[in-house]
Amino acid sequence: MPIPSGILLHNIIENYLTTQAEKSLLRFLTCGSVDDGKSTLIGRLLWDSKVLFEDQLANLKADSQRIGTQRGDIDFALLVDGLQAEREQGITIDVAYRFFSTDKRKFIVADTPGHEQYTRNMATGASTADLAIMMIDARKGILTQTLRHSFLVSLLGIKHIILAINKMDLVNYAQSTFHAIKADYESFSTHLKFDQVVCIPVSALKGDNVFNRSPQTPWYNGPTVMDHLETVDIQRDLTRKPFRMPVQWVNRPNLDFRGFAGIITSGTVRRGDLLVAPTSGQTGRVSRIVTFDGDLELAMAGQAITLTLDHDIDISRGELLSAAQARPTTADQFEAKIIWMHEDPLLPSRKYVLKTGTRTVPAHISALKYKININTLEHLATKTLKLNEVGICNISLDQAVSFDPYEENRQTGSFILIDPYTHATLAAGLIDFALRRAENIHWQSVDIHKNARAALKGQHPFILWFTGLSGAGKSTVANLVEKKLHSLGRHTYLLDGDNVRHGLNRDLGFTDADRVENIRRVAETAKLMVDAGLIVLVSFISPFRSERAMARRLVEEGEFLEIFIDTPLEICEQRDAKGLYKKARAGQLKNFTGIDSPYERPEDAEITIHGATESAEQAALTIVNLLANKGLIPQA
Amino acid sequence: MVNVPLQEQCADGLIHPYWRPPLVNRPASPLTHLQQLEAESIHIFREVVAECRNPVLLYSIGKDSSVLLHLARKAFYPSKLPFPVMHIDTTWKFREMIEFRSKTAADHELNLIVYTNPAGLALGINPFIHGSALHTQVMKTEALKQALTKYQFDVAFGGARRDEEASRAKERILSFRTTTHRWDPKNQRPELWNLYNTRVQPGESLRAFPLSNWTELDIWHYILLEQIPIVSLYLAKERPVVERNGLLLMVDDHRFPLNPGETPQMRLVRFRTLGCYPLTGAIESTASTLPEVIQEMLVVRTSERQGRLIDRDEAGSMEKKKQEGYF
Ligand SMILES: Nc1nc2c(ncn2[C@@H]2O[C@H](COP(=O)(O)OP(=O)(O)O)[C@@H](O)[C@H]2O)c(=O)[nH]1
Repeated sequence: MPIPSGILLHNIIENYLTTQAEKSLLRFLTCGSVDDGKSTLIGRLLWDSKVLFEDQLANLKADSQRIGTQRGDIDFALLVDGLQAEREQGITIDVAYRFFSTDKRKFIVADTPGHEQYTRNMATGASTADLAIMMIDARKGILTQTLRHSFLVSLLGIKHIILAINKMDLVNYAQSTFHAIKADYESFSTHLKFDQVVCIPVSALKGDNVFNRSPQTPWYNGPTVMDHLETVDIQRDLTRKPFRMPVQWVNRPNLDFRGFAGIITSGTVRRGDLLVAPTSGQTGRVSRIVTFDGDLELAMAGQAITLTLDHDIDISRGELLSAAQARPTTADQFEAKIIWMHEDPLLPSRKYVLKTGTRTVPAHISALKYKININTLEHLATKTLKLNEVGICNISLDQAVSFDPYEENRQTGSFILIDPYTHATLAAGLIDFALRRAENIHWQSVDIHKNARAALKGQHPFILWFTGLSGAGKSTVANLVEKKLHSLGRHTYLLDGDNVRHGLNRDLGFTDADRVENIRRVAETAKLMVDAGLIVLVSFISPFRSERAMARRLVEEGEFLEIFIDTPLEICEQRDAKGLYKKARAGQLKNFTGIDSPYERPEDAEITIHGATESAEQAALTIVNLLANKGLIPQA
Repeated sequence: MVNVPLQEQCADGLIHPYWRPPLVNRPASPLTHLQQLEAESIHIFREVVAECRNPVLLYSIGKDSSVLLHLARKAFYPSKLPFPVMHIDTTWKFREMIEFRSKTAADHELNLIVYTNPAGLALGINPFIHGSALHTQVMKTEALKQALTKYQFDVAFGGARRDEEASRAKERILSFRTTTHRWDPKNQRPELWNLYNTRVQPGESLRAFPLSNWTELDIWHYILLEQIPIVSLYLAKERPVVERNGLLLMVDDHRFPLNPGETPQMRLVRFRTLGCYPLTGAIESTASTLPEVIQEMLVVRTSERQGRLIDRDEAGSMEKKKQEGYF
């Protein structure tokens, strides 16, 4: 195309760019079973919106000839199937994002390949989408997958659905087929919380009712897929909600400026508005809305701004600045739905890290109520959640956080759970409501403190935590150490794994979940004893790092010493004092540490004893000497 | 409003921008797509800076880097950038790029780090002699790893976009690198809502891509609206070029070894991407203003990586480079 020169060109382009500058943005998700035509539809949208470059087109034409399924015609699915190779290499692809735009809107499409990881992938894609296209093969109608996808989409709070009844060309564009499927879906989806479901008869392959109204469906007078994508209104909802802004960063270029930077997640804010920092309850009025491009009078959901207030109140990162008249909930316990996203299953009572908004706090699952079978929506009792399972639970936090129910606000009602040790993202969560019970069980304050109790005994209380394989020699060494401490006039108590399992932990087995609970109870008990002024020796296999770290965190810095009895598995197995290894090898004992259950070696133990080369007596001496050197006990 | 006077922008190496009202002054109507992209990028910058110990912005001097830098300045305004800006200098960049780099650093008072692989320098790595693969490996990939290790950065901002290439479509906004700076495709984390998990073990690091959801057109459009200065190599001008392997290469300095019978010709060309001059193909074009560039882009439509030698050089190339630590 010859390029017009000078003024003329500038006018054309300027007009074009002016319209482009007013475009809005829509993020949507496509869902469907394999071969329903998802890739074909996305390819068709890219094609018809002309985002493809010439070299890509040339490649596409060549590939269609070579490997296409359309006998040399263009196979649109090839445009988006580029991830196949990676899938075969076992690389996890959760979501692929595609971009295209028309004169009215820019679109970001989340495409979620892979069916094994479907729940996790769909949740990820849906979390940022405002609309979902649900693909149906007209020949097959509504399938279990359709129900599952619809449930997940509704769970993640998407309100707008396009039900694309695809492959209409293969059912002769029959009106009756379309209406039957539409009626089916409508009766089922009334249970779900959608605002709007638009059913459209399409052929992704031939382009019917995708961009252009199809002459093949004269009986259909609703919008085409693109008509609806271009006009659906999603932003209005957000600005009508109360003002919320999680503080990301406190901006202090100099002593005179203290600004709170964040992105407005809902509502609007004006100069002079009264805002509250909900965790402290302090309020202040907005004095400036600062941006790089100048101060604003008014800012709204979606804008990244920096606020200053008319007087100094104590606000740091993590605070959820809110409209003072419409405050969020602030609580340290709530009920939530969680979607488990990691190969390691959920273990109730294990410590996790929870991030909501810009706040990160330690958390644990205080009760796992049930899981939901996402195909049937049945509630099932469970003790754990595995990858791709959805459960309802109570979550308990070390500090209170501010939030809104997810139903009301997707940004301020969502969270992720992070493993404090590996830092992996384990789960996505959606908050239902606060649990008020926590407020009624106040911590009893007592007048006699740990220091007072310890002083009466004339000693420093602390925990010696012995960890290692079964048969490593933990109990033998711990016993000797206790004897030595006793003879030095120390007040001690030895908590031994086997003994505790006869009483306090009689109800627990050896699954990962039970092991975690086992350790939690012992750690809490040891903590109470330290509080009582005692020196506590704990002799437990305690195979998981995160549990040992949890125990360490319960007491003060320096009050926890981890002693790793590092005896190789072969030697423990040779010794086999209790005959347990033999049983485990014979398959009579399940979940036996070192055999079919992992032992995670400590990386930061205060003392490591080489059980294969050191005698128990030597080991006990080493430990007692170290305690004396640290000043925890008197020199012998 | 913080606007650089127009005269200054007409100075050497800079383009004359088209004036537009800044994006942010239209808050009453729904946000436009560029406003939303801008806000998302700013959010990513702030999250990473709030949670990480020692960030750095990788600055390649190209148009995406210019946008990245502009967004970073917006994110922390009125504070200065709370992190340094680092350029991995292969010593084979266009001269104009280096001038532009100095000017940008001075204008914005950047804490600029320029790093070159000393071993590569000592060996005299030369793309004309050693080929693009080795040059890129030593002077870019290795150099970047060395620099990240040397300065102990735990997170590096980069300007990569998901629309650049099919394999990038699935990239996370935060991408994890092992202690040896390798990208482990099996060990990436799901990203939901706008909740980013920035935690890493000691020695591991992150790459953060605030421009993930921008397209090439968005970038150009934003540059135009925000009057962001860019290197003038993006605009058409008569330049001395020779044609090799179907690429138009610019003879930028005396190090360009001309083959017998080869003489540079003055042709009206511009660049769609910028890198090392011996590896970056020009396109013939008359687009000498930004609107013309956009116009041409809408009409010509060849995807931008076509002008880059490194992509064609070896099979599967982008993916492989990334695993090795190339940005
Ligand atoms: N006849 C017909 N075939 C279609 C249509 N949409 C998709 N297909 C074909 O169905 C097959 C699977 O499509 P694809 O887009 O790969 O499905 P995906 O697995 O959902 O991404 C391909 O052979 C497509 O060409 C349609 O509307 N009509």
